[in-house]
Amino acid sequence: MRVNFTVNGRPQEADDVWEGESLLYVLRERLGLPGSKNACEQGECGSCTVRLDGVPVCSCLVAAGQVEGREVVTVEGLAEFAKEREAHSGCASGACGTSIDEAKRWEAKPAQDSQTGEGVELSPIQQAFIDAGAVQCGFCTPGLLVAADEMLERNPSPTDADIREALSGNLCRCTGYEKILDAVRLAAARQGEAV
Amino acid sequence: MDFLRPASWEEALAAKAEHPTAVPIAGGTDVMVEINFDHRRPEYLLDLNRIELLREWEVGEANVRLGASVPYTQIMENLRTELPGLALASHTVASPQIRNRGGVGGNLGTASPAGDAHPALLAAGAEVEVESVRGNRFIPIDEFYTGVKRNALQPDELIKTVHIKKADGPQQYSKVGTRNAMVIAVCAFGLALHPETRTVRTGIGSAAPTPIRAKEAEAFLNAALEEGGFWDNGKIITPSIAKQFADLCSAAANPIDDVRGTAKYRRHAVGIMARRQLGWTWEQYRGAGRTLEGAA
Amino acid sequence: MAGTTTGIPRDVTQNHTKGGVGESTLRPDGTLKVTGEFAYSSDMWHEEMLWGQVLRSTVAHAEIVSIDTSEALKVSGVYAVLTHEDLPAAKNYGMEFQDTPVLAYGKVRHHGEPVALVAADHPETARRAAAKIKVEYRELPVITDEASATAPDAILVHENRTDHAFAHVTHPNIVHRQPIIRGNAAEAAKRADVIVKGEYTFGMQDQAFLGPESGLAVPAEDGGVDLYVATQWLHSDLKQIAPCLGLPEEKVRMTMAGIGGAFGGREDISMQILASVLALRTNKPVKMVYNRYESFFGHVHRHPAKLYYEHGATQDGKLTHVKCKIVLDGGAYASSTVSVVGNASSLSIGPYVVDDVEIEAIGLYTNNPPCGAMRGFGAVQACFAYEAQMDKLAAELGMDPVELRQLNAMEQGTIMPTGQVVDSPAPVAELLRRVKARPLPPERQWETAGESADVRALPGGLSNTSHGEGVVRGVGYAVGIKNVGFSEGFDDYSTAKIRIEVINGEAVATVHTAAAEVGQGGVTIHAQIARTELGVQQVTIHPADTQVGSAGSTSAGRQTYMTGGAIKNSCEIVREKVLEIGRRKFGSYHPAWANAELLLEGGKVVTDGGEALATIADVLEDQVVEVEEEFRHRPTQAFDIVTGQGNGHVQYAFAAHRAVVEVDTELGLVKVIELACAQDVGKAVNPLSVIGQIQGGTTQGLGVAVMEEIIVDPKTAKVRNPSFTDYLIPTILDTPTIPVDYLELADPNAPYGVRGIGEAPTLSSTPAVLAAIRAATGLELNKTPVRPEALTGTL
Repeated sequence: MRVNFTVNGRPQEADDVWEGESLLYVLRERLGLPGSKNACEQGECGSCTVRLDGVPVCSCLVAAGQVEGREVVTVEGLAEFAKEREAHSGCASGACGTSIDEAKRWEAKPAQDSQTGEGVELSPIQQAFIDAGAVQCGFCTPGLLVAADEMLERNPSPTDADIREALSGNLCRCTGYEKILDAVRLAAARQGEAV
Repeated sequence: MDFLRPASWEEALAAKAEHPTAVPIAGGTDVMVEINFDHRRPEYLLDLNRIELLREWEVGEANVRLGASVPYTQIMENLRTELPGLALASHTVASPQIRNRGGVGGNLGTASPAGDAHPALLAAGAEVEVESVRGNRFIPIDEFYTGVKRNALQPDELIKTVHIKKADGPQQYSKVGTRNAMVIAVCAFGLALHPETRTVRTGIGSAAPTPIRAKEAEAFLNAALEEGGFWDNGKIITPSIAKQFADLCSAAANPIDDVRGTAKYRRHAVGIMARRQLGWTWEQYRGAGRTLEGAA
Repeated sequence: MAGTTTGIPRDVTQNHTKGGVGESTLRPDGTLKVTGEFAYSSDMWHEEMLWGQVLRSTVAHAEIVSIDTSEALKVSGVYAVLTHEDLPAAKNYGMEFQDTPVLAYGKVRHHGEPVALVAADHPETARRAAAKIKVEYRELPVITDEASATAPDAILVHENRTDHAFAHVTHPNIVHRQPIIRGNAAEAAKRADVIVKGEYTFGMQDQAFLGPESGLAVPAEDGGVDLYVATQWLHSDLKQIAPCLGLPEEKVRMTMAGIGGAFGGREDISMQILASVLALRTNKPVKMVYNRYESFFGHVHRHPAKLYYEHGATQDGKLTHVKCKIVLDGGAYASSTVSVVGNASSLSIGPYVVDDVEIEAIGLYTNNPPCGAMRGFGAVQACFAYEAQMDKLAAELGMDPVELRQLNAMEQGTIMPTGQVVDSPAPVAELLRRVKARPLPPERQWETAGESADVRALPGGLSNTSHGEGVVRGVGYAVGIKNVGFSEGFDDYSTAKIRIEVINGEAVATVHTAAAEVGQGGVTIHAQIARTELGVQQVTIHPADTQVGSAGSTSAGRQTYMTGGAIKNSCEIVREKVLEIGRRKFGSYHPAWANAELLLEGGKVVTDGGEALATIADVLEDQVVEVEEEFRHRPTQAFDIVTGQGNGHVQYAFAAHRAVVEVDTELGLVKVIELACAQDVGKAVNPLSVIGQIQGGTTQGLGVAVMEEIIVDPKTAKVRNPSFTDYLIPTILDTPTIPVDYLELADPNAPYGVRGIGEAPTLSSTPAVLAAIRAATGLELNKTPVRPEALTGTL
């Protein structure tokens, strides 16, 4: 079957999709967006987390056919997504979901240097993950970033318990989570300073 | 495999009538796991995501009419007052990502004894509205579960809504798992006090072939509360009544040994949860002006 | 000297102008990893590529009567269906023994063993075809434990053993046996005022790395294959792959793809040979990705163990003797069982002074899943048991358990049971002192300002099982000892190719090694070392591949020591060459060129007095200096096969933990509140990474304490929980704050004084949590993980 949907602001069309394919498979294998990860494919690890019409979901559990006509944001589009959010809503008030209309207005731009990633503009949560040492093998990182970014959008000043609850669907095997907590705290603090 | 994408409820019913083996998929949190791991290859997948009415709810006089696909996140955020037990149960479902997709219709359709919503529905009291091209009918929740992963649906029927009694008293819900988040129930328990009818109802999950109520325990407690005038005098329930209630709840369970836990543990844990929840709900009932919302 | 962190790092914008050894420089791959552009082995893609699929055995032990692939071959879109008959060359591989079939022939020896292969144009096509392969099995009785393995009439898991360990085992179903006898334990036992005995069981742990086994094999025009995979040791893979493909090693060109964690689980081969065989057969690129279910069968696990201990002490708490027997279940194939046995025996009494010991460790062949390397490698199981024994002994003596440990703690100069002298710092007592001195976390943290309990802070968490009822706090301690590097006479080395040249007027270094970056931050410190040694700012890390010499494995806590050492060593040679060029060019202009100690710093040649003589760019101009050299740690010896004596280890690492837990004693649920660690790291080359390693290792130890276990049915030897639904690893709500306090006591034998850090915290974390649960419940608890059943008497 054919599936048309929007990924990171760009219309996409996937052809010859087998009906049992997941959104994750389509993103990774058909659209050249392998950032969303395939650690468990059973909704237990969160490494494939994307936003579907703004809502964080496990893309491994969304049937490809279900995304027809819908909006998806993946880790590849996170920096641009955060930038547009900043520009359009400021996100200072605390209650600042991103509307579908807003999501439609932006487009992901290619990284300047895809070899080293240097010169790439990052979202605050991405920068905080690097700075705080929250990345080791990095396989859980894309899903955690999408989940953490969405949490900070809803709750700019989370308590530790809030962070733990919001990220309880994302497994990490390397870090023991301490540096991930540091990173989210750091992103929240920087967000607070910026206001 | 064919992927059916009905744009309306009527189209969905027609598709299900034409292809009774079609597997409905809404949140996908059960079905997609089975497909990803090659456990199931249905001839047809019937996508219900485009059907708006399944994602709506309505708070009525006596009931909440809950669309089958209302995500658990919405239930725990918006229906804590009306459906405190189900809201607590929703909060224990898997992870935030899963709660954003999954809904009660999926739990009912799968009818796994480990489904998190079942004990809360049993305790609150509910009817499942199912529909086919032949018409709709309401199945009382007590008659809905017919066997291990089997329910009272006919092959051409789809789950449309669940009509759940609005809480008229405190409700609680707990589940035991060997992790502090994102865990499938080793066993679960729900309790609802119904002061209007001076009754209590229970629900037990993952400790019998189907979700069940502990009816003897309910009957015992109803009689004991009545006898002691507890509903009126609001006294603390005696430890012996609480123990007897907990023991009867344990006895109602008919669990198995499996990789998640032993039968003996499940029976034990059901009793502990029953005793604690009786304590929590009764405290709430006694405490004047306290909220009916769950504690978590 | 000491660092502690759980808060926001103060200096988050690192000073990039320096970035040498000792600084918390940031990961060079960080940006790629946070943008989703980092290419892991499962992200590989090639035009016209096919998908490989493995058919695995549904039974654990059986003769293969027949395999019928005819129906599978008829499926449209299928390019190849292969069985062992189609293999091009050697049919077996293995790291220590070549006992593992590429595809089963004759019989299958464990549940999930590869039997046949399919290549097709879509993964679903490949799955459908694999499902059509008919395999007829004649089932055999299963060997599942020591009793069934060593019974006189036991079926042999491997009939015709020719391996080097076979000569000294007492039964062909024993892979390896290592006794260690020192002093006279029987005689010493007579001096004991108190003797405690215990039997302990350690469950089978999975590495549960998140990136699945995966990769891409591309057939080459020269008849060889280009292989992009995630592995811990490229050259060990190569040595095993090439004979199975019937190719010379130079025709198997391996490049490291991004690795999604390893923890020992990628030390053995997984899909490497399978994908290559399919690629060579179809002459098309073949991608393989195991799903999570298959991953549980696709790599070896941590050896489950039974441990039998006797400890004796005098009334004042001095250990008199230790006797122990450790039985490790190696499963159906040897993997690294021989070395795991060596570690378990030589580290079996822990970081304590005991002169009289009688130790025996054996590894079994059974029909259980094969077991091999996992973080802590044989020392983890022993630590769980000897630390339980120390607590038991303290209770029996009426002593404080930390004091008892400190009283018997080893130090520099202590003699190991193997007769080896511990010849660098061993601050065991100090590490214990540090974790004990730390203030305890506040009680009843679940009580909120409002009226309801915050269940997230309680055992059971979001499941709302307790609002404080039944909850009891317990505190426990443990300390452990782990060897670093490959032991027992193994020729352990690493190789670094270092290049320095001038690009755009700036001296730039390139570091090329075959070291696996599994997430630990090797690539970060490689650049740091090059900056420190060569005084350059810009360092390029060349992708790891087999075009450079072996780096050895990223395991045994050895890479900072070994590949770090190799880089340091090669850089020193490069530096000498640069200085030599400088002397030739500029020597006559300044006497310091001949007289002074010269360094490279800030892009310049400087004297040890700080005087700049020339820029490196001016020295080199268009010259390129490149050096590839091997680096070895000091040699070790094999353990004597009868007495276990020998200088078998390179270096030791020590960590101590204090666990604070809260247990819902009625439901048997555990919440770990805090897991404090103190560890000697020798030298923190990158403090941020050091802390990350310690916290990660600690958490894996926590997992096996309270939830992680691969459950194998003893009747069928089949795995019952191969999924992330039923094999649980800790979530962020299960993981406590992990304060880290590290010491930097240099090992004089090691580059920069470093000590391997990744493994030690995995050892002591588990027994500390167990001790805390015992303290909370008063139960004996001789098995890990602790199930709710064990805490509630409902087994």
